[in-house]
Amino acid sequence: MKHFPRIMFLLIAACLLLASCGSSGSSGSSASTPSSTPTAAPVTINVFAAASLTAAFEEIKTQFQAKNPNVTITYNFAGSNTLATQITQGAPANVFASADTTNMDKVSSLVNTPQTFAKNKVVVIVPASNPGNIKTLHDLANPGIKIAVANSSVPVGNYTLQVLSKMGQSSEYGPSYESAVKANFVTLETSVSGVVQKVQLGEVDAGYVYVTDAHSAGDKVKSIDIPDQYNVLADYPIATVKDSAHASTAQSFVEYVLSPDGQAILTKYHFIPVG
Amino acid sequence: MEQAANQVTGNSAILAPGGTSHATPRKKWSRGTSLATWITIAILMILAGAFFLYLLVPLAALLLHAPPSEIWHQMQQPDVIAALKLSLVTTTISTVLGVIFGLPAAILLARTSFPGHRFLEVLATIPTVLPPTVAGLALLLTYGRTGLVGKYLNILGIQIPFTTTAVVMAQIFVAAPFFVNTAKSGLEQLHSRYETAAYTLRASPFQAFRYVVLPLVSPALLTAVGLAWARALGEFGATITFAGNFPGVTQTLPIAVYIASQTNLDKSIAVSVILLAVSFAVLLTLGLARTLLSRKWSI
Repeated sequence: MKHFPRIMFLLIAACLLLASCGSSGSSGSSASTPSSTPTAAPVTINVFAAASLTAAFEEIKTQFQAKNPNVTITYNFAGSNTLATQITQGAPANVFASADTTNMDKVSSLVNTPQTFAKNKVVVIVPASNPGNIKTLHDLANPGIKIAVANSSVPVGNYTLQVLSKMGQSSEYGPSYESAVKANFVTLETSVSGVVQKVQLGEVDAGYVYVTDAHSAGDKVKSIDIPDQYNVLADYPIATVKDSAHASTAQSFVEYVLSPDGQAILTKYHFIPVG
Repeated sequence: MEQAANQVTGNSAILAPGGTSHATPRKKWSRGTSLATWITIAILMILAGAFFLYLLVPLAALLLHAPPSEIWHQMQQPDVIAALKLSLVTTTISTVLGVIFGLPAAILLARTSFPGHRFLEVLATIPTVLPPTVAGLALLLTYGRTGLVGKYLNILGIQIPFTTTAVVMAQIFVAAPFFVNTAKSGLEQLHSRYETAAYTLRASPFQAFRYVVLPLVSPALLTAVGLAWARALGEFGATITFAGNFPGVTQTLPIAVYIASQTNLDKSIAVSVILLAVSFAVLLTLGLARTLLSRKWSI
């Protein structure tokens, strides 16, 4: 019983700690509210962008912030489907840049009219050591070849299936090619980065990724182009989110991405510019 | 609450075999309890209540979001059945292997001291703090076909990544440390005088362990098994990195949940509820088994 005062003291200390955490949290949020009202004051906008845009958008951020010193851009890079879910659940996004129109459509009621700002296409990558000895697209159908693709729920995985379907319908490749390549799939990755990782490590003989990923993977992979007649051009749409704060800043960010300067940066990272 | 009560009976069984209980019985508050004590109890209840609510509400949110019809519908989907089956088979194998190799490791750490003891102790804990994706990457760099060990296995024609074996290996790497650490602390709490007594009766080390130590620590071991199994069942990061995702081969239930969440949120929630139900069933069974064992050895 003589320990009770000490226990009491600890419990009360714990309560006070919890209480102080609570109050500091609320004071933090109240401090951020006034900053949103004046026009010249610093503004922070949250841009939710597809993971494949990471490198290009980081450079766009640097350029845009240099031109607009009062603006701070905070990125949330993730798979487009994850971002769409987050926006649906009320995440504080000001701008959404998706890697496909499907995920933009999921949030259509929450965003203003989307605009296509870049295009991407599918390419085959093989490890630099090329363990599967893959020289042409035909070699992908060889028995025993290990291929990593993104799952069909991921945009690039869906495009991969479209590419194979187009090749399956062609006279040059045919349906047996399509089924032979699909039989070589050993993993359906949850993101394009999973595919790149497994090819870079040489754990698979080939993978289907975006042309932009093939370039950012550098020397560790070699790429084999898929001719345009079989390829799929992936549209990247961008939109401002309705009813969000800083609408004008969000709009000027979108305009910058669509401007010649923004397009030049995207081209530098091997995206296909629009127009 | 029941869990806490089990814990108390479990511990008293360890401390007091043969019914001569000198362990603290559960506190009963007498009428003469002072105001300070009542305030303490009240604060205790509030904090504990807040804690349990914090755990319960998100789980309830999942349940409320998934109508029983959707759960029933998903339980009949071939991909969900395949993932459930794969999860049950792989977690059973990984838990059994984790016990076979982990129990000797726990005994070694709890009962002996030697140079490097502390290092091994930390080593057995590291996988629990390692981000699972990093654990998966480490396994890939070891057993992948260009990895440290994998390149030699590859010469022998053995390739581990993207197979069910890889799923089991990822689970053991991530989950077995939970077994070892819990089993170790169970063994450490058991006073060595019981073993000493067994030795004075000319028991061999094996007999002393089999007939004295094992019955006394079995409640703790069951807790350890439950923790390791649960961690293996929820394993995602290491599996997706090391074993990839292929339906029927490496697509476990948590991966199926994640894949579903990319296209069909309702489906992913329904599958999560199935995952939760399976975990609850197994953990409750283990809890009951532990209570029974405690009773058996405390009478």
